[in-house]
Amino acid sequence: MATATERMFGKSIKRREDPRFITGRGNYTDDLKLPGMTYAAFVRSPHAHARIRTIDLAQAKAHPGVVAIFTGKDLTGVNSLPCGWLLPDLKVPPHPPLAVDTARYVGDPVAVVIAESQDAALDAAEKVKVDWDIRPAVTATAKAAEKGAPPIHEVAPGNVAFTWQIGDAAAVDEAFKNAAVRVKKRIVNQRLVANAMEPRACVARFEAATGDLTLWVTSQNPHVHRLLMTAFVLGIPEHKVRVIAPDVGGGFGSKIFLYNEETVCSWATRQIKRPIRWTSTRREAFQTDAHGRDHVTDAELALSREGKILGLRVTTVANLGAYLSTFAPAVPTYLYGTLLNGVYEMGAIHCAVTGVFTNTTPVDAYRGAGRPEAAYLVERIIDAGAAALNMDVAELRKKNFIPKFEHGYQTKVALTYDSGNYAAAFDKLLTMLDYRKVRAEQEAARKQGKLIGVGFSTYIEACSIAPSKVVGSLGAQAGLYESGIVRVHPTGKITVFTGSHSHGQGHETTFSQLVADELGVPIEDVEIVHGDTGAIAFGMGTYGSRSASVGGTAIHMSIQKIKDKGKKIAAHLLEASPGDMEYVNGQFQVKGVPGKSVPFGQVALTAYVPHNYPEGLEPGLEETSFYDPSNFCFPFGAHACVVEVDRDTGHVKVLRYAAVDDVGNVINPMIVDGMVHGGIAQGVGQALWEGAVYEDDSGQLVTATMMDYALPKADMLPMYETDRTVTPTPVNPLGIKGAGETGTIAATPAVVNAVVDALRPLGVDHIETMPLTAERVWKTIHAATAGR
Amino acid sequence: MKHSVKMTINGQTQSHEVEARLLLVHYIREVVGLTGTHVGCDTSQCGACTILMDGQAVKSCTVFAVQADGAKITTIEGLAKNGDLHPIQQGFWEKHGLQCGFCTPGMIMAAYQMLERYPKPSEEQIRHQLEGNLCRCTGYHNIVKAIQWASEHMAEAK
Repeated sequence: MATATERMFGKSIKRREDPRFITGRGNYTDDLKLPGMTYAAFVRSPHAHARIRTIDLAQAKAHPGVVAIFTGKDLTGVNSLPCGWLLPDLKVPPHPPLAVDTARYVGDPVAVVIAESQDAALDAAEKVKVDWDIRPAVTATAKAAEKGAPPIHEVAPGNVAFTWQIGDAAAVDEAFKNAAVRVKKRIVNQRLVANAMEPRACVARFEAATGDLTLWVTSQNPHVHRLLMTAFVLGIPEHKVRVIAPDVGGGFGSKIFLYNEETVCSWATRQIKRPIRWTSTRREAFQTDAHGRDHVTDAELALSREGKILGLRVTTVANLGAYLSTFAPAVPTYLYGTLLNGVYEMGAIHCAVTGVFTNTTPVDAYRGAGRPEAAYLVERIIDAGAAALNMDVAELRKKNFIPKFEHGYQTKVALTYDSGNYAAAFDKLLTMLDYRKVRAEQEAARKQGKLIGVGFSTYIEACSIAPSKVVGSLGAQAGLYESGIVRVHPTGKITVFTGSHSHGQGHETTFSQLVADELGVPIEDVEIVHGDTGAIAFGMGTYGSRSASVGGTAIHMSIQKIKDKGKKIAAHLLEASPGDMEYVNGQFQVKGVPGKSVPFGQVALTAYVPHNYPEGLEPGLEETSFYDPSNFCFPFGAHACVVEVDRDTGHVKVLRYAAVDDVGNVINPMIVDGMVHGGIAQGVGQALWEGAVYEDDSGQLVTATMMDYALPKADMLPMYETDRTVTPTPVNPLGIKGAGETGTIAATPAVVNAVVDALRPLGVDHIETMPLTAERVWKTIHAATAGR
Repeated sequence: MKHSVKMTINGQTQSHEVEARLLLVHYIREVVGLTGTHVGCDTSQCGACTILMDGQAVKSCTVFAVQADGAKITTIEGLAKNGDLHPIQQGFWEKHGLQCGFCTPGMIMAAYQMLERYPKPSEEQIRHQLEGNLCRCTGYHNIVKAIQWASEHMAEAK
């Protein structure tokens, strides 16, 4: 049989999934049409906070084509949507899939209309008459826990869901006493909407004859969807439910969570015994996809005269929205406070977080999830510290980097970093940028009255999520391992079943590269199956940059088992000892005797036609592995941005963007670069354009369309300059750290630091709130130069 | 009240009775069953539904099916000929111009008209011409490169 001659790991091969996407033959959930299909439309609260007096369905039920209408009261036996991360003393309010007596944010669903066509469902939904008793609402993060704020949940007095802290408060107090320089800034990390291009959708089909329920859903983790839905909400048996996440058009976190709509459709299909399809409109997506970020933070940094970081004190209010989304409590705590050590040696750190309920869309993980908030804070306050010391921002960073290490660095906030070489990444960035030249150009431009700014960021992220024991001790209600099944067919072809899920990451390519490399087979002989609980043993899905490092390692482990079994079979055929066998280039051979070998394909066939076979060995060649990492992995890097600010309009133009990332070993550089690019665009988007805005009085989300929420467009962004350093992780055998979120984490502070740097000659040293739209920058310039 | 519409989509004649309010994109997806054309928004911002209508790149969510009566439509499914990818499709593959693939059909159809208008577009022109098409995955870097690749290879083919 043919064998692969070149190493696939590390090669930028074209993606195997692309032919179907570029020809319009992808299979997204909304593409699915089933016989007897019905269509769902949700009736949602137009108010931020309102009691339901009555719901009148008479007119809606009479609408032609209506099959059924259900309200919250009809959903008997349906439990609250669960929260999967329980902090100590967390207040967990009920979260009914359809609001029963009170709606708590604009978009909160109160009824579902199911009809013969989408149009009929939408038309009839408009005829559902809800008699609303409108209550006062609170949407602003900083106001939620203020005295007199409207109470949102009985179980959460003062609208406080939790208070949480990490670090050493006394040590921080001491550090501040001894500091030569102290800086304090309010840093607001605004609310964002993920905006995966494919809106959420589901198709639920109950087969009365068998009792089987199939749910196609836009999910990053179909097994998690199934587990939460069956074990916690609907009380239907897990083994009678199959969840399929087919091609999914982007997630960025927003498709991790169990939502109201798929739960309601899965319940309703059992009632009407016909398939139901629901597809979100973009407006619904804005109103109901879990939002991201939304922190108001006061940060203080203590520095020595020489520029050593002595202490960091952080107080954050994190907006959780109206209900606890699936993993919401983890994001502003264990994915945030634990990352405040950054890549720096810090004398002491203390962070206190208050999670608050508001009358807004629930907030949960959005690309980076907690880590961008941490990096933004650290990198902004370091720039503020450099300004106070009158020190170059690059120099201050270099003074404080944690020195190179290969096996563990204990931070001040619980984590043990795996391996790091932070100065090397930063130095590479400075070279890439030609830092001195850039500063000289900036100086020359300033003399001509131009506002040019240079901004840096470094970052660390905890990904490869996650060691189950560790996250379990911190409140996670699930393990965070991954499964990988490698099935070798009798003909030597290979199907791999992974619990990881691709919604743009390119698993079908990168995982094939892993398998082809390890087994020395052509990549065409390998098929990757993901996204179907009916095919895959179990899985935890894709988020937290975990697919290659955790999912890939599970596959790697199964391959090793395949090789071990193959050696026994081959040894038997060659009348050798299994211990003397090795696997080289697709051949099982006696060590050092290339002529004495059996090809992979022959071993595969023998495993299934076991006539001449080792005694006591089971036939078949298929192995399953579950990989539970021993630690997180910690990718890191340094990014830089050069901007020009138009003094008259406040418009910010990104002139250059340079990134050096270290994600450990890389399977497919092209794919990793692509993820870095997209992450940067999202990070720049947060810095300059994006932001979900609630109107204070009405609680309306006024940025609920793509006309009002500014997503980055092609002509707003430059080409990105990217490079890498490679510091393999010792945590997993592949040395892979994770690459999905780097750009999003690093870009926002780099851009904001650059804008503040540009405005420095005008006396600006901080801008509290993003995005740095032309209007906000213009106002900042005017406030700074007023009276001059 | 229903209206008769008849149009050519990817060389095949289609004729149906439709409601006046039916959008062309829903006609293409739900009635004709060509699901390569996507719906990513409801305000004509995202461009995922871009098709060619009588040679013009059009967001098919901005057109009623009845307005397309008599038109010649090309969707993403009609771009490859005899199994050979169009150079723009090839360019997106070669240059990794897609990740989740959802915006891709619209991007490719928008690029089709762009390259008819500007066979040798500058980077700035490409970015400007893509203003009506949103992508959340790629940061546009490789989409620009994909269109540049297509431009070069289409010039060679001529």
